[in-house]
Amino acid sequence: MVSSVGIVNAQRAQFDTPLRFKSGAVLPRYELMYETYGTLNADKSNAILICHALSGHHHVAGYYADAPENIGWWDNMVGPGKPIDTDKFFVVGLNNLGGCHGSTGPISINPETGKPYGSSFPVITVEDWVESQARLADHLGIQQFAAVVGGSLGGMQALQWSLAYPERVRHVLAIASAPRLTAQNIAFNDVARNAILTDPDFHGGDYYAHGVVPTRGLRLARMLGHITYLSDDAMADKFGRELRAEKFNYGFEVEFEIESYLRYQGDKFAAYFDANTYLLMTKALDYFDPAHSLDGNLNKAFAAARADYLVVSFTTDWRFSPERSREIVRPLLHNRRNVSYAEITSAHGHDSFLMPDEHYFGVMYAYLNKIHSEVSA
Amino acid sequence: MNAMLVTRPDFAAIAEWIPQGASVLDLGCGDGSLLQYLKSERAVRGYGVEISDAGIVACIKNGVNVIQNDLDSGLSDFESNSFDYVILSQTLQATRHTEPLIQEMLRVGRQGIVSFPNFGYWRARLDVLLGNMPVSKDLPYQWYDTPNVHLCTLDDFEKLCREHRVQIQERRVMTGDDEVHVLPNLLGSMAVYRFQREA
Repeated sequence: MVSSVGIVNAQRAQFDTPLRFKSGAVLPRYELMYETYGTLNADKSNAILICHALSGHHHVAGYYADAPENIGWWDNMVGPGKPIDTDKFFVVGLNNLGGCHGSTGPISINPETGKPYGSSFPVITVEDWVESQARLADHLGIQQFAAVVGGSLGGMQALQWSLAYPERVRHVLAIASAPRLTAQNIAFNDVARNAILTDPDFHGGDYYAHGVVPTRGLRLARMLGHITYLSDDAMADKFGRELRAEKFNYGFEVEFEIESYLRYQGDKFAAYFDANTYLLMTKALDYFDPAHSLDGNLNKAFAAARADYLVVSFTTDWRFSPERSREIVRPLLHNRRNVSYAEITSAHGHDSFLMPDEHYFGVMYAYLNKIHSEVSA
Repeated sequence: MNAMLVTRPDFAAIAEWIPQGASVLDLGCGDGSLLQYLKSERAVRGYGVEISDAGIVACIKNGVNVIQNDLDSGLSDFESNSFDYVILSQTLQATRHTEPLIQEMLRVGRQGIVSFPNFGYWRARLDVLLGNMPVSKDLPYQWYDTPNVHLCTLDDFEKLCREHRVQIQERRVMTGDDEVHVLPNLLGSMAVYRFQREA
């Protein structure tokens, strides 16, 4: 029986051991927001970590008692009877460091100054996130995850887990992801960042003190991002050349439905997301390359891996195309890891990883059931 | 042997050729039952390549590593000489780019193994002689719904190998579960070959 995990509660973990970032910066103390669903079994072998993508957070599934409309971002995947079955697994979702949903980030008050970190929040990398997630795992008493799961930027964290802590993760599920971004992908991020950085309300990242937010920049960044998350076909199907009015107005106001949709998405996003967090997240995407110090050789980078892998891509995803997922598969084959790769025929572009699909869910059910039979054996 | 395993007559023949612990790539692996069989019989370390969605899910359920890919787009995900054996079991006749695929098999693997239905089998010949496309246990499709585009006889396959400097190491010809030794191209309904590049 498929259902919701129901009412969930966000929790806060406090860490007082300084975290040294890859950049050399040190965060003396920090907090992480997280949620858990299901029950950790006696030998603590059934834990699954969900890593979020650019705009995600700890609220993965279920809803809040005081906000029943606030449903978790991956509620179709996580819950009783769902592929990541909370009757079988103990599922952990968190808001990454640098985020804007309660974990320590640019909008948090720096206890040393009494002001928001703003521009002083260190640039963070996927490696730093995994480090902080490992401390959260320690805090929860989880020595080894049955699986670390993530889509897009979340998939990079899942991969990094298996490289930084080979003994602490049995399975990696990297969905709609890549081992590192291409120049084109970095270019999109750069334009998005420039939209924010050049917004007059940005104030070098310390806009909080000025009582403003760089809404225009953030909105543009999201609009651009959103275009790249959809497929050409999906956009054509949904909007085509539909106009809001009967005829052309021969001006620069919103006329086409797609313009209206993008503005709506941009406004919605800019109303709740923090621009500094957006900058940090896109930069983390750009920097991630497990082979950076290995002459770009991914085969060498994955030599440390001990996990089994499931890699999933979607045919119409051009931001993280199937070819990028194959770049994950190849070094795993080279290093003779157990790996399965599914290429899902889907019309929805990069966003496909968040949507239900028969083959996608069939693969996820099958793989997670195998994991469950392993950890319950 | 796992009693639940569904096996085909060519499975046992293939398993006999494969030493314990070998690395195996199974092209067109379907639900992964051959790899599962080879894992239990020979403790092979293997991967399957399969194009169908149903096959991918079945392989994962069967605990078999599987890569979703179209064989006709080549084996570019696989490094040269990275497997002991590359198997093409009952799939050769359904591949479009058959010639380059055989070359690819011998790039990726030290040896290749193929099994395919023999179109020279007397019943097939008789069907054609009587004016119909053959339909049988080994060729279960109607002409209009068959995935088979490159059917051949044993002689045809051996000629292709000679022309491409592919050296046949061993051959087993079967009809059902019985091995055929006399007039194989006429009396065998199915064949399994093991081959490698000419030195």
